[in-house]
Amino acid sequence: MSYLAGVDLVGGYGGADILNGCTIAVERGQIAVIVGPNGAGKSTAMKAMLGLLQLRTGQVVLDGEDITALSPQARVAKGIGFVPQTSNIFTGMTVEENLQMGAYLRTDDITPTIEQCYELFPILRDKRKQAAGELSGGQRQQVAVARAMMTEPSVLMLDEPTAGVSPIVMDELFDRIIEVGRTGVAIVMVEQNARQALQIADQAYVLVSGENRHTGSGEELLADANVRKSFLGG
Amino acid sequence: MPETIDVLNAITLLANFVLLPALSYGSQLALGALGVTLIFGILRFANFAHGDTMAFGTMIAILITWWFQSLGLSLGPLPTALLALPFAILATAIVVIIFDKTVFSFYRRQKSPPVMLAIASVGVMFMMNAIVRFIIGPDDQRFADGEKFIIKAREFKTMTGLNEGLAIKSTTVLTVVITLIVVTALFWFLQRSRTGKAMRAFSDNEDLALLSGINPERIVLVTWIIAAALATIAGVLYGLDKSFKPFTYFQMLLPIFAAAIVGGIGQPIGAVVGGYVIAFSELSITYAYKKFLKYLLPEGSEPEGLAQLLSTDYKFAVSFIILVVVLLVRPTGIFRGRVL
Repeated sequence: MSYLAGVDLVGGYGGADILNGCTIAVERGQIAVIVGPNGAGKSTAMKAMLGLLQLRTGQVVLDGEDITALSPQARVAKGIGFVPQTSNIFTGMTVEENLQMGAYLRTDDITPTIEQCYELFPILRDKRKQAAGELSGGQRQQVAVARAMMTEPSVLMLDEPTAGVSPIVMDELFDRIIEVGRTGVAIVMVEQNARQALQIADQAYVLVSGENRHTGSGEELLADANVRKSFLGG
Repeated sequence: MPETIDVLNAITLLANFVLLPALSYGSQLALGALGVTLIFGILRFANFAHGDTMAFGTMIAILITWWFQSLGLSLGPLPTALLALPFAILATAIVVIIFDKTVFSFYRRQKSPPVMLAIASVGVMFMMNAIVRFIIGPDDQRFADGEKFIIKAREFKTMTGLNEGLAIKSTTVLTVVITLIVVTALFWFLQRSRTGKAMRAFSDNEDLALLSGINPERIVLVTWIIAAALATIAGVLYGLDKSFKPFTYFQMLLPIFAAAIVGGIGQPIGAVVGGYVIAFSELSITYAYKKFLKYLLPEGSEPEGLAQLLSTDYKFAVSFIILVVVLLVRPTGIFRGRVL
């Protein structure tokens, strides 16, 4: 069994089911990428693994423990870090306060973790006294990822981290995410930029209508003629 | 050219009738608006019961003051009400928390839109209104004791030799000093303490705050306690300065909301600035400048009328006009708060 796995997930936001039995799994130190067309249920699958929606069937397992019944907050406490797609920072608070809030649940000394975040995202050290809402799009995403890293999670979930940032910033963000993965964190990422995302993916899932259409390593899917034709534009 | 002595007389006149009263009234409004703005920022609704919360807190303070006076307790030159203040804050906090648990928490669980909570707060307002009238009655109550003046007008005149006197009321100084302490403490709390930061985070981005593990029930509880404290302090200071009448406190809702909105609702610093903006506008527009102009203008050219822009009967129109203009021109207020 994988470190974190959402198995046979079925559910939605109360109306028709959006997820129709998809399975997502990731190991520690690996990057799993979820791609697919609009409305395929990519973000929904991730939110289901965080507990933000009620599943009808299926289960979520973290490190061998069934966490399907836990609230999102409890899952965060168990070591899942989540970076939402939008409103993922406290805009009125400074960068440093954002990091402190990320570590709100912790009672031990958080200065080493803040230091690690600054090493990973050096620009944040310079901007630490500035309100996070005043930063550029790419810097805000870095604050968002750093905030989620403050609980020292074993799993980091990112919902379209590169939405709305320039290609250069996107490459830089991916580099940082790879670095985070190397520290032993399991990374699950939903991405619109499928080609770039597959390039860094250890494990990739192509979802269509809430079901797994293609599964494999990033390289395999990039090489797959079917995937190229239907999702990567040839 | 007016002589120097005339200019000094004019300034003293203005200081005595506009500057000092506006400073104390502005401080009282600032404290009231801070409570409104905190509730709005964190609980996300306009709390119309705030004026009557002030009245309730003040009533408790008055009752305890009377009891202390009957026991012979006093603070010497300071009003006994200060001694009663902590108990009044405690009682008010308990009452607003009861109202939160019985009324507002229901609508929070239902995830009702803010306007429903605001209407529910109107209901709470009427209940508090009734409780206050039931216990202490609708009449004027004076409960200020201790020294009334720090400098009396006549003393000032003999001291300076000016025609005009400058009376410094002890309640004015008390109001300004207490406001300074309370506002500093509140800002320190919000900027530096863990709970204060969590409150700001919750106000900034509720979903992310929940994801970060911030306990919403605790934040709501702390917010009500602080709002109750601010309301009681503002109410007692206003009552000491003028007098306590339940209806007046209900009417204070308008200038208080105007202050919170002018400053930018949800922004504590805005509430403080807004309080002074409203108070200074109200007093400077309703003041009769005839005597002031008489000192400054050449003899024979003083105005015949009172040179008063607006009668004091219409003082609420000032807050109302400012409110409407701000909402039309800059709905976020001076410090870019939220939009109601």
